[in-house]
Amino acid sequence: MTALAVVDVSKNFGGVAALSGVSLTIAQGERRVLLGPNGAGKTTLFHTISGNVAPSAGRIVLFDTDITRLRPDRRARLGLARTFQITNLFPRLTVLDSVLLALDGAAGRGMRFLGSPAGDRDMDAQAHRLLERWGLAEVAPRIVRTLSYGEQRQLEIALALAGEPRLLLLDEPTAGLSAAETRRVVAMVHELPRDMTIVMIEHDMDVAFELADRIAVMHQGRLIAEGDQAAIRANQHVTDIYLGAE
Amino acid sequence: MTTRLGSIAVAVAALGLLVALPAFAREYSVALATKMLIFALFAMSLDLLLGYTGLASLGHAAYFGVAAYTVALLVVRAGVSSGLAFPAALAAAAVTGAVFAPLALRARGSYFLMITFALSQVVWSVAFGWRTLTNGDDGMPDVVRPNFGFSLDNTASFYYFTLAVVGVATVVLVAIVRSPFGRALRGIRESESRMQALGFDVWRYQYVAFVLSAAFAGVAGALYAYYNRFVGPEYLYVIQSAEALIMVILGGAGTLIGPAIGAGLIVFLEDFISSLTQHWVLVLGVIYVVVTLFAPRGLIGLVNDFRRRGAK
Amino acid sequence: MTWVIHILNGVAFGMLLFLLAAGLSLIYGLMKILNLTHGSFYLVGGYIGLTVMQVTGSFVLALIAAVLAVALLGAVIERFFLRRFHLDELPQTLVTFGFLFIFSDLSLWIWGGNPLMLNVPHIFQGSLPMGYYAYPYYRLFLIAVGLLVAGGLWWFQERTRLGTMLRAGVDDAEIARALGINVSLLFTLVFAVGAGLAALAGVLAGPVLSLYPGADFEVLIFAFVVVVIGGLGSLRGALAGALLVGILDDFGKAFFPQFALFTVFVPMAVILVMRPTGLFGRQ
Repeated sequence: MTALAVVDVSKNFGGVAALSGVSLTIAQGERRVLLGPNGAGKTTLFHTISGNVAPSAGRIVLFDTDITRLRPDRRARLGLARTFQITNLFPRLTVLDSVLLALDGAAGRGMRFLGSPAGDRDMDAQAHRLLERWGLAEVAPRIVRTLSYGEQRQLEIALALAGEPRLLLLDEPTAGLSAAETRRVVAMVHELPRDMTIVMIEHDMDVAFELADRIAVMHQGRLIAEGDQAAIRANQHVTDIYLGAE
Repeated sequence: MTTRLGSIAVAVAALGLLVALPAFAREYSVALATKMLIFALFAMSLDLLLGYTGLASLGHAAYFGVAAYTVALLVVRAGVSSGLAFPAALAAAAVTGAVFAPLALRARGSYFLMITFALSQVVWSVAFGWRTLTNGDDGMPDVVRPNFGFSLDNTASFYYFTLAVVGVATVVLVAIVRSPFGRALRGIRESESRMQALGFDVWRYQYVAFVLSAAFAGVAGALYAYYNRFVGPEYLYVIQSAEALIMVILGGAGTLIGPAIGAGLIVFLEDFISSLTQHWVLVLGVIYVVVTLFAPRGLIGLVNDFRRRGAK
Repeated sequence: MTWVIHILNGVAFGMLLFLLAAGLSLIYGLMKILNLTHGSFYLVGGYIGLTVMQVTGSFVLALIAAVLAVALLGAVIERFFLRRFHLDELPQTLVTFGFLFIFSDLSLWIWGGNPLMLNVPHIFQGSLPMGYYAYPYYRLFLIAVGLLVAGGLWWFQERTRLGTMLRAGVDDAEIARALGINVSLLFTLVFAVGAGLAALAGVLAGPVLSLYPGADFEVLIFAFVVVVIGGLGSLRGALAGALLVGILDDFGKAFFPQFALFTVFVPMAVILVMRPTGLFGRQ
């Protein structure tokens, strides 16, 4: 079953082509890593998939639903979750409140005017389980902006996972992390259910090769190579880009 | 826990003081306190938008004034009983918010400020220009106070009526900001894009917040029409919006108690300074600049800083 | 023929609005400051012009003195009160709001509460005969000044080195800095020029619209509507928006006097719904 199909997607920013005719098909349960130098269009591609940027041409299909014209929140409700390259959290809320928000959003039940946010025992327990699972239980009452950078990156992922998404987009989840923190994130991804489809942008080759079933390489807004680890390592074009005049 | 007990004790003491006020204060002070309560509600209503949702409106007087004019027009022009005019005023403010919100919410940041400002000035220009209906800048006198079987004509009884209405509205506001909806608003204030990625229809939340905020401003506006027994276009003017904004900022946006205190302080200062000089607007401008430069997070922010320093 | 008169009146008012909106728009485009003090720059400029003209009798001197004094005032406000909040929208708006009130009250104090008229300069007294009607020379002069300033600003932006810097700065302050442009000086300069243009509008408006307390808020609203329609940060947008609003306002005042502002407000609402960033604004 196809989890995500990106069909001939292009995006122009004021005449500059950020994406030109990118097509990708990702099977359910697949772990796909996007590689490519800075400015290759990886994050723009993510933005078009999550709905933060409208493509100039092409279609995006999520599990047989054409989502090209849907707003980001509608896509999220269809089971698409994402993290952001630049940490995008709620700096002045607590960690617990952030997770409760993520749970409310996934369930589409934020529009409740009565009841104290912490009073819902089921939800509270669910939130604490989540925090426990991702090693954030101890910081639950802390204000987000007081967390360390590594903790913030972990929370970023935990929020995306709160709704048990079918498709998870991870934008450079290990960027700026120490070796130990990187290992923790890799372990996190390994622990996710196998039927969860994951697309991630990753610069760390070791992480990329460890997590990916297949790899797609982008360069100057185009998809230039696709395949498993061996195929990518053997691809001359890819080697040129990474070792050549780039 | 001790801080929580402390806040409850302070709240009970404050409530006791408010209830007992007419027993020991001069009539003039009771009237001033009534005005403080009305503006506390007005400031809190703006803070629902500014402090909780992160949308800085520069035209909140529109909803305050629309409600006040609704009361006046119904009572003076249509002969409706004053008590019935109250829910109508609330509805009128909410509807005005419901109509303006889609326009203002097309934009963010400076555009939002500009559009809310422009929209409120349009309402003002109608009140000012449509003399046959509103008497223009002469305003409309003879707005009688409602009578619910007991007269609200003396200062103390109207004070208690205001205290009750503002009290109920405050309880509802507290419930709203502490509900899951309130949490969603704070999430939107912190990061709209993250909230969208989590599946929230951000626009819908902002819209509801906008309309609620307008409705609460309307309650304050209707009370103010009763309080003065008069309405005039200055209720809708930018200076009214500006005062509400500085009440919120001075007290501390993102809390309800902050704007209420800010409102009390501004109302008191306006009364005090106006008794000394005609240049209240000048002082208001200076307060703006000084608060922005030296206490950007308001009095609540200063208190928190002080506490933190004390704790260390 | 009456509609020609209305259109000319509208264009003349539109040119005054352009002088205001161009500064507002450039300041926003470069610094992202929504400058509410712009209304004060207009009114204070007009009052200074009036006083200079009463003392010296020279309209030209009035113009120069008002523009220079207000430009200096603008530079001081930018340097000492706004600079520290760079890119922090709310405090910047609050400070400019504060100054709007301060200047509003100070000018009421100094120049009093009655509307004051500047005299039309001698060479522009009289009217141009047009069939049955006659059209005042002074208003034609207003239109000419507006066009001249529009042309000058266009030339400055497109043909001078400083203008190139300005455009680079509007596009991206980081890039501008990387190009070795002294952004800090550019900010002060643009703020001063914007303030000066508003003062110019104030003096020019003196003989037509008169100067009175509250005019600062009124023109500010008009300038807002202009930039909402035209798009913040765009000179072309400011010109198109100003002409549109000027003409609509004149027709509105002529045909629906009680609801004059509606004739400018309704198109603004329509444009907002269709293009939230205005006709020429960035998406």
